[in-house]
Amino acid sequence: MPKYTLNVNGKARTVDADADMPLLYALRDDFGLNNPHFGCGLAQCGACTVHVDGAAVRSCVTSVADVGKAKVVTLAGLGTPQKPHPVQKAYVEEQVPQCGYCINGWIMTAAAFLNDNKKPTDGEIRDALSGLKCRCGTHMSIIRAVKRAAEMA
Amino acid sequence: MTKLDKAFSRRSFLKTGGMLVVSVGMPVTLDLVLGVNQALAQNARPPLAPDQLSSYIAINADGSVSAFFGKMDMGQGLFVAIGQMVAEELDVGFNRVKVIMGDTGTSVNQGGASGSTGVQLGGKQMRMAAAEARRVLVDMAAQKLSVPADQLSVVDGVVQSKDGAKKASYKDLIGGKYFNVPLEWNKQTGNALYAPGKAQPKNPSEHKVVGKPIPRQDIAPKVYAQENFNTDIRVPGMVHGRIIRPAVAGAVPVRVDESSIKGIKGARVVRDKDFIGVIADREWDAIKASQQLKIEWSDAKPPFFDSAELYNHIRNAPVRKRQDDKPVGDVAAAFKTAAKVIEAEYEWPFQSHACMGPACALVQIKDGNVTVWTGSQKPHFVANGVADTIGVPVDKVRAIWVPGPGSYGRNDADDAAADAAVLAKATGKPVRVQYMRDQGTGWDPKGPASIHRARAALDASGNVIAYEFISKGFSRVDVDTNGSKPAATLAGQLRGEPLAYVDGFGTPAESYTFANKLVGWETVAPLLDRGSPLRSAHLRDPVGPQIHFASESFMDEVASAVGADPVEFRLKYLKDPRDIAVVKAAAEKAGWKPRPSPNKANPGTGTVSGRGIAYSQRGGTVVAIVAEVDVDRTTGKIWARKFTVAHDCGQIINPDGLKHTIEGNIVQGTSRTLWEEVTFNAKGVTSVDWATYPILDITEAPESIECVLINRPDVAPSGAGEPSIRAVSAAIANAIFDATGVRIRRVPFSPDRVKAALA
Repeated sequence: MPKYTLNVNGKARTVDADADMPLLYALRDDFGLNNPHFGCGLAQCGACTVHVDGAAVRSCVTSVADVGKAKVVTLAGLGTPQKPHPVQKAYVEEQVPQCGYCINGWIMTAAAFLNDNKKPTDGEIRDALSGLKCRCGTHMSIIRAVKRAAEMA
Repeated sequence: MTKLDKAFSRRSFLKTGGMLVVSVGMPVTLDLVLGVNQALAQNARPPLAPDQLSSYIAINADGSVSAFFGKMDMGQGLFVAIGQMVAEELDVGFNRVKVIMGDTGTSVNQGGASGSTGVQLGGKQMRMAAAEARRVLVDMAAQKLSVPADQLSVVDGVVQSKDGAKKASYKDLIGGKYFNVPLEWNKQTGNALYAPGKAQPKNPSEHKVVGKPIPRQDIAPKVYAQENFNTDIRVPGMVHGRIIRPAVAGAVPVRVDESSIKGIKGARVVRDKDFIGVIADREWDAIKASQQLKIEWSDAKPPFFDSAELYNHIRNAPVRKRQDDKPVGDVAAAFKTAAKVIEAEYEWPFQSHACMGPACALVQIKDGNVTVWTGSQKPHFVANGVADTIGVPVDKVRAIWVPGPGSYGRNDADDAAADAAVLAKATGKPVRVQYMRDQGTGWDPKGPASIHRARAALDASGNVIAYEFISKGFSRVDVDTNGSKPAATLAGQLRGEPLAYVDGFGTPAESYTFANKLVGWETVAPLLDRGSPLRSAHLRDPVGPQIHFASESFMDEVASAVGADPVEFRLKYLKDPRDIAVVKAAAEKAGWKPRPSPNKANPGTGTVSGRGIAYSQRGGTVVAIVAEVDVDRTTGKIWARKFTVAHDCGQIINPDGLKHTIEGNIVQGTSRTLWEEVTFNAKGVTSVDWATYPILDITEAPESIECVLINRPDVAPSGAGEPSIRAVSAAIANAIFDATGVRIRRVPFSPDRVKAALA
């Protein structure tokens, strides 16, 4: 079985895995980074989203072999309570999640989006987040939080 | 062990709380207080039983409070409200209370998450228990301080005399020990459990913590990736399991070629009658094994039909059971005298829970003891179901609820727990099962499909003299509201237990006073008697959205027929003052201008706007919703742009939590109205992922949701988890009619359907 060394949250992590194994399972089962969640395995919902070289990527359809030397950042690597990312801070302040299982997708996608869009409009925020799923229906809070995060940044 | 498990276990409470000791029963006399001191030396512990105060409230060694709650929070912040109610009655700061939910090892069966009763019934019990704990503690302090109890007050967990000279803290009185105080239990378990003590709760006018918008404490840990979901629990030696479902519902495995997965490390087949699953050490290997395993299935006759035929099927199917509410007057006679009769029929499809992730469960069997980590909203019932499924006494099973990938009723979580139990028993290893997406959406229990026939008789002046409303559909409970019996889970059914369905539906919950009124329901048989992906069960506000989509759309149809404004029409017939108040409040806040629908000023082309109102009751709560929608007449696309919601659930415990709960209900209700429909063909369900079972996208989310929270501190709190989803569909349908003059009577209002209706 091939061995892969990945750069995850600033650390080198090694995993023995089939080349076609999605990154999601390496992160969760081999590295113990539980924050990316399995939602669909089809890149339809975003629950597994991580940053790969700064871009929001669905780890459920990204094979470990394809990651190469790219820098992978998970929600746990995005910020901490002491040094929060603005989207995380805004998420807490707006009390966004209900069940919370979807939040990787929204937070990681919004964080990547705000990197390139400092003053987004309501419509731009919605378009940037289109396709992500939240079954509890927290969409109103999500929009409020991303706006709030944009104002902080 | 995970951090969650540690934090939530009573064992760890005892470790940090010091000796296991007891205070004594009531009334607390000097003798009994001396008894406390004697008990200090004994390691006796009251049983975890509904009639023990210790089953609900404990004062920890550091003086903080643990509240053991037999219901659980599905993401609406219920535990904050419970903490507020407990803190209020105990007179401690809110931050001193930790609510510990849903572990059968630490809490009694209060019914789990069920019917929006978290505060209404669960909170009522916790409030009474906390009040009793305070009474006992004050009595204990009275003895210790030699001050009569009625001359003592409590300030943040410290009992003190009026001059403040004498003090005894909860910590000093009982910290780290258990109450040994019996309660007056009504001998019921589940939602009906009630066990008050001798104390009366506070008068609402004294409330300081209840009613405050206290934030949730679980959000930061989630956002900073510090909290585990039940999908994240791992134990040593754990393997991964996956379940295999047939392509034709009802087919069973005839021959299994185990050699087809021999190249996958550690992969192994588990077959138990018609149940079939695989395990492997690594999750990806288990997934591959489940996909590669060659199975020859029985040649089952496809049990269904095309979902396009659904409503004809319901219309023509024999009625299994008919049940009417007590009729008012003589409807049949009144219709004979009618000057005009209005009739309409409405249709609602099967819908899926389609939770954010497919269900997951972990089962470990060790030394005869079974531990289940489950996302089911009813873990106490899951413990019963797992015990029966694998043949162990229930007292050997501990089910620990850990938040799962969403829950809005009886979803696939209970099935996953039973599946994991079968695999764990067969392999002797701890097994974690998570379904794949197509299983989560395709094979979860479904909200039932139905049709609804309504008719109204008008006199010559346009007054409603008779009203009849009959629903006909699949039962709401093909499988039970919980997985407490093997017949209620797929694993149980595939191992030989046929569906043990009962007939149940519902009737509109409103207070319209018509002189003659008949409302009732009829059920039809399930389409397959076991292992069915179309078995029905409770989905958020079970049968509420479908019934009230029809009944509140119909009220609008009658209003329009008599040329009445929809708000004025409702107010003319509504009886209950709280119902009248929410309708008025929603209309006023929305800036409702009286006129009949449709809006004749609207053009027949382009994008047109309309407003609609709908209202409903639910378990003591009343909600009125005004929807404002834009209809693109060219594409058929609906944007439910603005909602104004007036909500009265009696006393409000936490207005911030309530507002978030309402918003979630409105958005989820909009999704179910505009998009959601289970599709199927003769073989099985074909809506199996987010492409084939679409839900509302954020680009379609409303522009705003305004809430009018009507607080009635003197009315016991009722529920909020579901009531505001109930009238969403009708409010949208009524707004579409107002905008276009076209009545949509079938959910979902997908663009192609709306476009066809407008053509």
